Amino acid sequence: MRRRGVALGSVAVVATAVVFVVPFVFVLLTASKTQQDALDLDFSLPTRWALLENVRTVLATNDGQLVRAFWNSTVLTVAAVAIMTVLAAMVGYVVQRRRSRWNPVVDALVLAGLIIPPAVVPTIWVLQGIGLFKTMAGLIAVHVAFGLSFCILLFRAFVATIPRELDEAALIDGAGPSRLFFSVIFPLLRAVVVTVVVVQAVTVFNDFTYALYFLPGADNATVQLTLYNYQSQGLNQWNLLFADVLLITIPPLIMYAFFNRQIVAGMTSGAVKG
Amino acid sequence: MTLVHSALERTTERPARRQTRRAGARSPYPTWFFLPAGVFYLVLFVVPTGASFWFALTRWDLYSAEFIGLDNFQQFFREPALVKGFVNTFVYAFLTSGAKVVLGLALAVLLTSQIIARGWLRSVVFFPVLVSTIGVGVMFKVLLDPFDGAVNTVLSWVGVTGPGWLTDPSLALFSVAMVDVWKGVGLATLIYIAGLVAIPQEYYEAARVDGASAWQNFRSITLPLVRPATVTVVLLSLIGGLRSFDLIWTMTRGGPGFSSDVIGSVIYKQYQAGFYGLSTAGNVVLFVVIAVIIFPLSRWLNRKEVPL
Repeated sequence: MRRRGVALGSVAVVATAVVFVVPFVFVLLTASKTQQDALDLDFSLPTRWALLENVRTVLATNDGQLVRAFWNSTVLTVAAVAIMTVLAAMVGYVVQRRRSRWNPVVDALVLAGLIIPPAVVPTIWVLQGIGLFKTMAGLIAVHVAFGLSFCILLFRAFVATIPRELDEAALIDGAGPSRLFFSVIFPLLRAVVVTVVVVQAVTVFNDFTYALYFLPGADNATVQLTLYNYQSQGLNQWNLLFADVLLITIPPLIMYAFFNRQIVAGMTSGAVKG
Repeated sequence: MTLVHSALERTTERPARRQTRRAGARSPYPTWFFLPAGVFYLVLFVVPTGASFWFALTRWDLYSAEFIGLDNFQQFFREPALVKGFVNTFVYAFLTSGAKVVLGLALAVLLTSQIIARGWLRSVVFFPVLVSTIGVGVMFKVLLDPFDGAVNTVLSWVGVTGPGWLTDPSLALFSVAMVDVWKGVGLATLIYIAGLVAIPQEYYEAARVDGASAWQNFRSITLPLVRPATVTVVLLSLIGGLRSFDLIWTMTRGGPGFSSDVIGSVIYKQYQAGFYGLSTAGNVVLFVVIAVIIFPLSRWLNRKEVPL
C-alpha cells in the first residue's frame, strides 16, 4: 500500500508538474528574457535575465498605465467586496433568523442571481440613466449587485450555526437590532467572512467581462484590461506581455498563500451538504 | 461554491412562530436589513433583466428604441454565423462540464488516497482557478501557437506535426474548451474532495470484509455517495460554460471565421457594432437557454438522491 502510494504519487507529481507547472514556468522564463530572446517562444533559459528591467518597462508603459490600473483594481476590489460582504451578511442573517413573507422572495432572487446571466446592454442603459456609466462607482455597484447572491447563500448557511440564545442575551442586555447585528453577530461570522472576502476579491480582481462593458477607456482601465489591450496591439513584445501576466497574478497568489486553508475549508464546508 | 445546489434545495426550517403584525414590527430582525442589498440588486440586476425583454424587441441606440417585434430573434436564428454561436455554446458547455466531472472526480479520488505529496498536488491543481482568465488565455494562446508554440514543439520531438490549435476552424472551439477545463478542473476537484471525505470509512471497511475490488468499491460506494458533489459540479460548470465569454474572447475572438463563437461573444460583437437591440436579444436567448436547461436539470438531479 505504502509502496503503491509512493509510485502513484510520483507519477502524479510528474504529470501535474507537466500539465500545471510548466505553463507557469514558461511565463516566468519568457518574462525574464530580452525582447529578441522572447520572440522564439521556446523553453530555453534567457541568455540575459531581464525580469526586473521588463517589469520596470511594463510599469512605465503608457505613462504608467499599469500602475494606475493597479490602483483602480485595488479600489474596485476593496470597495466592491467590502460593500457586498456587509450587505449580504445583513440579508443572510435576517433571512435565516426570521421567517416572514419576504423569505420566498429573497430566496427566489438569490437563486435568480446565481443562474441568470446579467443583461449587459440594458445594464449600461441603467448606469447611463443614473449617471454612473464609465465610472468606477458604477463598476463597483455592478459587482456588488452581481456578487450578492453568492455571498447571501454562504452567510445564510453559516448564520444557522450561531445559537439564537446569543441574540436573546444581547437583547436582554438592551441591544437594539442594529447593535445586535453589528456588534454581536457580525464578528461571529468571521470564518465565513474570510471565505467570502477571499473568493469575491479574487473574482472581482480577475474580472474582465464587466470591466470591458462598463468601464471602457484607457484612463480607468483595470489590470485585466491592460493585459487585454497589450495583447490586442499585437506587438511582438512577448517578454513584456508575460511580465504583465506575472504582475497581475501576484495579488491572487498572495491571497492564496495566506488564506489557502480558509479558502478550501470555507468552500468545502458550504459546497456539499448532501 | 455551494451555489446552485444548496440554493435549489428546500431549506428546512423550523415551523415559524406565528408573528402578528405588531410583533413583526418590533422584531430584532428588521426587514430593512434587506433594503440596501435590495436597492443594488433591483436597480442593477432586476431592472436591466426586465428591460431586456422589451429592448430585445426593438431597434435601439441606447437613447431611443423603435419597436420592431420579433425581428431581432428572426435575424438571430436566420444568420448562420449567429446560429453557429448558438450551437457552439451547447457543445462548449457540455464538453467542459463533462470533462470537469470525469477529471475532477479522478483527481479527487487520487488526491484523497494514500499518496505522497498530497498537499502539494492539491495546491498545484487548484492554483489555475485563481489566475485571471485573461492571463490564462494569453498564456495558452502563446503555448498553442501553431509554429512556435511549446505544445507543437514538444509534439514535433516525437515526430507529430501538431495542428493549428486555435487557427484551424474545426479545432478552435475544442482547444479553448480544453484550456477552460485546465483552468476549472481544480474547483471541481476541490468540490469532489469535500464530497469524498464526507463518505464514512465504515462502508469501505465493510466492503473490504466482503472482498470487494477497488473498482467495485468505486462503482457501488463512491459514485453513488458522491452524487451531491457531482450535482454541484455539473450545475456550476454548465452555467459557467453556457455563459462563457472571456476565455473565448481572449483566445480566438470567436474566430477563425465564426467557428468558435458562442452566445456570449455574439452578444459582445453585436454590442460593439452598435446593434444594441440584437445584442440584447442574444441575452434573452441565453437567458432562456440557461433557464430551460438548468431548472429542470437541477430538479431532476436533486430528486434522485440515493437513500442512505
